[in-house]
Amino acid sequence: MKILVPVKRVTDPNIKIRVKADGSGVDLTSVKMAINPFCEIAVEEAIRLREAGKAREVVVVSIGPTAAQDTLRAALAMGADRAILIEAETGVEPLGVAKALKRIAEAENPDIIIVGKQAVDDDCNQTGQMLAALLGWPQATFASKVELGEGVATVKREIDGGLETLELKLPIVVTTDLRLNTPRYASLPNIMKAKKKPIDVRKAADFPELADLRLEVLKTIEPPGRAAGIKVNSIAELVQKLRSEARVI
Amino acid sequence: MRILVIADHDGTTMSDATARTVTAATTMGGEIHILVIGHGVEAVASHAAKLQSVAKVLCADAPSLAHGLAEPVAAIVARVAGGYDNIVAPATSFGKSIAPRVAALLDVMQLSDVTSVISADTYERPIYAGNALQTIRSKDKRRVVTIRPSAFPAVGEGGTAPIETIEAETVPELVTFKGSEVTKNERPELTSAKIVVSGGRGVGSEDQFKQLVLPLADKLGGAVGASRAAVDSGYAPNDWQVGQTGKVVAPDLYVALGISGAIQHLAGMKDSKVIVAINKDADAPIFQVADYGLVADMFQAVPQLIAELDKT
Ligand SMILES: Cc1cc2nc3c(=O)[nH]c(=O)nc-3n(C[C@H](O)[C@H](O)[C@H](O)COP(=O)(O)OP(=O)(O)OC[C@H]3O[C@@H](n4cnc5c(N)ncnc54)[C@H](O)[C@@H]3O)c2cc1C
Ligand SMILES: Nc1ncnc2c1ncn2[C@@H]1O[C@H](COP(=O)(O)O)[C@@H](O)[C@H]1O
Repeated sequence: MKILVPVKRVTDPNIKIRVKADGSGVDLTSVKMAINPFCEIAVEEAIRLREAGKAREVVVVSIGPTAAQDTLRAALAMGADRAILIEAETGVEPLGVAKALKRIAEAENPDIIIVGKQAVDDDCNQTGQMLAALLGWPQATFASKVELGEGVATVKREIDGGLETLELKLPIVVTTDLRLNTPRYASLPNIMKAKKKPIDVRKAADFPELADLRLEVLKTIEPPGRAAGIKVNSIAELVQKLRSEARVI
Repeated sequence: MRILVIADHDGTTMSDATARTVTAATTMGGEIHILVIGHGVEAVASHAAKLQSVAKVLCADAPSLAHGLAEPVAAIVARVAGGYDNIVAPATSFGKSIAPRVAALLDVMQLSDVTSVISADTYERPIYAGNALQTIRSKDKRRVVTIRPSAFPAVGEGGTAPIETIEAETVPELVTFKGSEVTKNERPELTSAKIVVSGGRGVGSEDQFKQLVLPLADKLGGAVGASRAAVDSGYAPNDWQVGQTGKVVAPDLYVALGISGAIQHLAGMKDSKVIVAINKDADAPIFQVADYGLVADMFQAVPQLIAELDKT
């Protein structure tokens, strides 16, 4: 059993980004970057399945700039076996990414692809579902529990009203939700070991689907801020304000 | 211009998110049809037919469609999509699962979680946890769009659209529905409630969540929300999470109890009309978005608040 995990390099989720004043986009110069948190959860899940003897190999793949090697090294340090980088210096979109990942999947033949539910930069929440559709595989989105059996997986999913359980015939695409697991920290020896693990670098030119962009960004602005509020000194004052000033109760 | 709205429902009732999505569709300019997919969904279809601005209801009804599984649902949508310019779904867990699958089958990019319609092919949507708003134009000949329900009011009723039955797709059955744990509660639904009371890590335990957050929500007739930390700690169920990666709410009144106000939480509630925060840390970032902030220990403040609300 082989598991493929696509990982994206994004801005560190703890950092509040800035919008460029001219409306041309988000200012990413010297912003701290990190592995997308949902991808980190995906890597962790794949490694746990391998450690439990359910899978043999965990392959991570990223589409992004040369610096995305750092993201892949982070996944290798957690315990992934090897990595593939498709170098793409310019922006990509989920549809193109899903098409490129489909080709990687056809070459690698994984039984499961574990994808993050959403990249916390574009907040698209699309790639896993698109990849499943392109491969003609079933999908289990927003997973909070994954169990592997003979040729099937049982997945618990977070849905609007609570939880739901599906049984899916492999191969499948799973997208991770927050409660699936808590990712480990890579130990120093594992970080050292990861430096020796292979990263297979592919050129964007071999993946023309990535350049086939369908969306044109016309402008990017900062959202309107909220007017400054006040501090109240007592519950009585709060209730009085809510009743007679805000009139919401 | 023709628009297909995919209905989100639980088998018996149409979700409020669908009625809000229809409002968004009306601003795209075109004839609106609603597609209801499920099993035994006559009631949902007739509700859809009553929504204003809806010209026709399409209904696919078959046992294999009972649980809204993404594979057969997306196959049906992709099959009928040829007759439409825009395919629109609410950004609910159902819509988020099926719409990108449809988009890939149609070979188009999706526009996710749209908060404003500029024109039939141009939309505004938040990125980076709502810290930026992007205006994007689709170059595809057909568009797949998901709508953030909290950004649009629900469309009214009073329509009488005809209902047309369509074939269900036969797709290989690779997925079996095994069951669900859906909690029915008497409170208003989180994403459409006028008042939301949310608890965070500061609530301290599941018991205290029950003893403080729920009674205040009930006193105000509101829904209950939670921060990720409260959900992860088991104080509240996952579907109560408000935020970038949970539910987005925009009620008239949002009350945050023991919530620090992380970027990811603010992403889910900062468009509320009035925000109240009770937190014992005067420097908590939640106070930067709160209209009324009270620096206090919630274990004292919340019972007092309930008592004060009792004094009418
Ligand atoms: C990928 C990703 C996605 C995320 N998605 C979400 C999301 O959708 N929604 C979300 O909420 N978070 C999300 N988070 C988590 C977010 O970053 C914060 O960790 C989380 O919101 C913190 O929850 P909190 O405010 O309850 O806890 P804390 O930050 O720990 O704050 C607790 C607060 O309670 C106060 N407090 C403690 N005791 C009392 C008392 N007795 N009385 C009054 N106040 C008290 C403290 O002063 C403190 O401000 C996400 C994070 C990541 C990385
Ligand atoms: N450029 C990329 N490289 C690798 N994986 C990606 C890339 N973009 C998206 N993904 C995967 O798709 C998930 C969802 O991303 P998105 O659809 O953009 O929100 C991410 O968590 C990744 O697992």
